Amino acid sequence: MINLGTDEIVKYPFLTEAGKYLSDKGFSLEQFGSDPDLKRIVSMAFDRIKIATDGKIYKSNLSANDSSLPMEVFSFLIAVILLKLTGIHTLIRRFSLAEARRSERFLEKDLSNHNDREKEQIALQIMRDLFSITIKKQDDDFIIPISNYLKHSINFHEREWKLINRKINNGNVFLTSHETVRLVRKEIDQFISSKIHSANTPEMIEGFQEYVDKLKTLAKKFEVKIVESSEYPPCIKHAIEVLEKGENLPHSGRFMLATYLLAKGQQVEEIAPLFKNAPDYNEKVTLYQLNHLSGKISTTKYACPSCEKLKSQNLCFAIPECDNIINPIQFGRKRV
Amino acid sequence: MNDNNVGLLEETFKKFYFDNFNLIHVPENSNQREFGFQKFNSTMNRHISLKSDKELHLLLMEKIPSDVYCSNACYSFPNLPMNEKEWKNAELIFDIDAKDLDVKNRDKHSCVKCTECKEIIPLQQSCPKCGSNKLSKITLTCDDCIIAAKDQVKRLNEILIHDFGIETNNIQVFFSGNEGFHIYVNNSDYQEVGAKERAEIVDYMMLRGIIPETFGFNKYNSGKVSLPDFEQSGWHGRLSKTLYGSKSKRPQISKKIISSGYTTFQKQLESAKDQIGVRVDPNVTVDIHRIFRLPGSLNSKSGLTKILVNDIDKFNPYFDACLLDSDTTEVVANCPIQFSLKNKKFGPYNQETISVPKFAAVYMICKGVANHT
Repeated sequence: MINLGTDEIVKYPFLTEAGKYLSDKGFSLEQFGSDPDLKRIVSMAFDRIKIATDGKIYKSNLSANDSSLPMEVFSFLIAVILLKLTGIHTLIRRFSLAEARRSERFLEKDLSNHNDREKEQIALQIMRDLFSITIKKQDDDFIIPISNYLKHSINFHEREWKLINRKINNGNVFLTSHETVRLVRKEIDQFISSKIHSANTPEMIEGFQEYVDKLKTLAKKFEVKIVESSEYPPCIKHAIEVLEKGENLPHSGRFMLATYLLAKGQQVEEIAPLFKNAPDYNEKVTLYQLNHLSGKISTTKYACPSCEKLKSQNLCFAIPECDNIINPIQFGRKRV
Repeated sequence: MNDNNVGLLEETFKKFYFDNFNLIHVPENSNQREFGFQKFNSTMNRHISLKSDKELHLLLMEKIPSDVYCSNACYSFPNLPMNEKEWKNAELIFDIDAKDLDVKNRDKHSCVKCTECKEIIPLQQSCPKCGSNKLSKITLTCDDCIIAAKDQVKRLNEILIHDFGIETNNIQVFFSGNEGFHIYVNNSDYQEVGAKERAEIVDYMMLRGIIPETFGFNKYNSGKVSLPDFEQSGWHGRLSKTLYGSKSKRPQISKKIISSGYTTFQKQLESAKDQIGVRVDPNVTVDIHRIFRLPGSLNSKSGLTKILVNDIDKFNPYFDACLLDSDTTEVVANCPIQFSLKNKKFGPYNQETISVPKFAAVYMICKGVANHT
């Protein structure tokens, strides 16, 4: 495990073992609910969560004197306890993302810190040990192997992260410190989130209840209802048009159409007639294939391909309403 | 395919394998690979495990397959159904096929066969005999197609070596046995990567998805544009040639590109993709559970062999991969196009009984333009 000094723990509090850290410092959870000096930390912890739920990033004052640094760590750990007691996933999700973005800033700064080799080494070690990224530095470039880059960037949907839009040479991708750290945001988020999920939920502690109640009220504004229009996305409309004209729709297009309609709840018998005009139509084969895709006669229920995949298969005919969706089945969904 | 044809092909294929056991081997880690085979006029048999050359040779003799395949993937349990196999890794493979390259003279070497009445006719939309529009295209040997495919292979190799850091000795190029090449990347970090990552690699090779923003262009306001330059590595360097032609023209053309703006540059990138992007078949590389024709085996679409290519420039598939014997064989040929094998020209034939070397007879039967008497 990584050996951290106090100010590193402030930057990356999720790397500590919460219970052990508190007991090492000589505190029990109960004290935070009753001790007048420590009560302030519960309030700090609540604020830390509130800031996170607002989509902002909690600011730590690292230049403060040594005695205030543990407060920063405590507020994180108590925030985790409050979240566990509240038990609302939306809050945990928002908190871990905001905390991930907070630590990203420190990581980025430390990675490019030419004056403090030790800080740089710890940042590199975090990247290597926690996120399996081995970074080489060359002037201002951060160099990582392409296979490693792909593993982390693959779930990003912004086109700038596509390999083709990156500077690459001799098996490596060249990134800035900002991009390098951005690459692991999701993993830091998941790391924090899994730490919170695996932490024990204590019994309600005196003095914590009012904050838990406030958090429950706070969470209400994140409840959303989703309405869905019945209109088909352009890729599906196009596929249906091709079939209606009796033209040949490639295998990938048929796969898309069938999996889309199955995902929307249509039955195999309703979908099959769509393929009647296909030049090579065979009712028996069509029914067999649809049943296979639906998982009726196979062990897998096939999912509708992503927009990215459809783009690469020349099946995407995006319109402005397609912005911000990553799969055709999300088309027409609106939050109210 | 009629029984006469199957009889001749099976006899020929069996003899070929018996005489050439030294040419066909199981790959490394064969006990972790999935094998498959097809017999003439039959469906695919997959999920087979073969542990040694001996087992493979036995299969060739017993089953006399029309085609033999092997996975690029290694599995913990290669002979179980797909979702129980436990995928471990797979060599990165690219497929370049002449049919995808829009070669100018390709149609000169093509004809069609009506799937209804079996009539063979020059290229057209419907069958003049029965009126059906269900026609299958047949393409015979074409030097232009091979030259175009070789050119793509060379471009791909260059990118693999310079951009992806693959050592030359880890790249193997195989002639597919019909009209394309399979490029294998061995012993690389990319063996571990999944389908999505491979799709990114394919897009890179094809120059797909490149955006003007990568060069500093911005859709809504003018950012600091940094256009490609000749000295740059990767696509930037290669794009320079396409965009400017020569170094001396760069300053002038750069100015024009910048003043024309985002949309025009986007179109230029799109057209560069068509000109210099490598035309690999994306589906092949991305499918990590695929089985590929086994090197050393015969391709039932042609009777040619899938073989390793040592020198792509000198390689002549219609000679080097044409390994069947020359025994005189009688067929009835209806082949409206001339073709060339082992430096000999054959055809055109108009429904005539001819005696030709066996490799040519097999080629025509495999292509569907002749029948064994």
